[in-house]
Amino acid sequence: MPQELNYLKESPSQTAGPYVHIGLAPGAAGFDIYKQELGWDIAGPNAKGERIRVEGVVVDGMGSPIKDVLLEAWQANGNGVYAHPEDGRKVEKGFRGWGRVITDFETGEWGFDTVKPGPSPARNGKLAAPHINLWIVARGINIGLNTRMYFDDEAEANADDAVLNLIEWERRRETLIARRTERDGQAVYRFDIKLQGDDETVFFDI
Amino acid sequence: MSYLGEFYQRDREWHPPGLTRDYKTSVSRSPQYSLISLQGSPAELTGPVFGHDDLDPLDKDMIHNYAQPGESAIGERIILHGRVLDENGRPVPNTLVEAWQANAGGRYRHKKDTYLAPIDPNFGGCGRTLTDENGYYYFRTVKPGAYPWRNWVNNWRPAHIHMSIFGTGFAQRLITQCYFEGDPLIPICPIVNTIPDPNAIEQLISRLDLNATIPLDTIAYKFDIVLRGRRSTLFENRLEGN
Repeated sequence: MPQELNYLKESPSQTAGPYVHIGLAPGAAGFDIYKQELGWDIAGPNAKGERIRVEGVVVDGMGSPIKDVLLEAWQANGNGVYAHPEDGRKVEKGFRGWGRVITDFETGEWGFDTVKPGPSPARNGKLAAPHINLWIVARGINIGLNTRMYFDDEAEANADDAVLNLIEWERRRETLIARRTERDGQAVYRFDIKLQGDDETVFFDI
Repeated sequence: MSYLGEFYQRDREWHPPGLTRDYKTSVSRSPQYSLISLQGSPAELTGPVFGHDDLDPLDKDMIHNYAQPGESAIGERIILHGRVLDENGRPVPNTLVEAWQANAGGRYRHKKDTYLAPIDPNFGGCGRTLTDENGYYYFRTVKPGAYPWRNWVNNWRPAHIHMSIFGTGFAQRLITQCYFEGDPLIPICPIVNTIPDPNAIEQLISRLDLNATIPLDTIAYKFDIVLRGRRSTLFENRLEGN
């Protein structure tokens, strides 16, 4: 009889359900309970770099925007530093690099304000192109979906990014590129996420 | 920069698949192409860090955190407690655990919930806490009620509390649900049954924990949560070339 390995199993995921807002965004569910809700300010007031807005919808297999989805963002600061002890470098006071956003209940549109991340450390000492990690949960999603949002004005860095290049089909890489526009002098990136269809967004097993 | 080891590969056969036809909403919300598998990089090995300044100590007491002064939520008073561990069995300290649930009648305080069971004016239905240095957490709350939902004509969710856990890296991010020992609705719930392995389902069923009850006051259930484990080797020591 060989030795036992004695690992535990990860708790299995379950859907966040239609009322995810109660737990993670109670103000949106319609009541005020916490002194401060977490995740509405990704970058904080002192973050350096370009202030940007990111907007989009998450579309289901019928082509309809999902109105009860919640997204979380995780990103480096303008210098490519993650606000985490393992990064070891300093970030601006108040920069957490993490946030969450829900959609408008009528339209399914979501949007958050942040700073554009810089190139951040990747595997084997290389740099990743600027990107924001996104995690998507909703009713009907049994386990959170991981994807990355890249920037269309970083074509050179994107062409060299190890993760994008891992995607065999060049056409599918396009699903991870947000499109820059300007509104009232501010940069707005559009990033629509498609759960199914020919142009289904690339999702990762991370 | 000194990154710890990568996370162990997530066992996708232990988790529910995306497409589970008996949970109908999943049909149009599950990606159809395969996930692209990524080896860990700093973007996934790191994740947000929270501190006690982010929370109020009352946040973990759902019996009182939305109640009027001198009032408390209606229902069976419970303590839900346990540890957040990783797959190596090590505690995950100082990690954010968020919970949300229906009230004792099975009604959520949410503008989209129209179930006829009444709102409890003294119950909000959400709580949050940080695990301590041993990975331990607890909530005080009331046991949620079962409620009907539209899937088949006559589906009832077993009593459950939604749980959101962070861990130390974004790749550990997890949302799951805690069920209660002995609930006859568990084996017939299409959402529970998105999980293919009966042993995995058992992992989500909290147990009555008589030792942790407060006599004459509150009954207790124990619910341990396991997040992905990590290799102990340093990231920088990895073989080059992959």
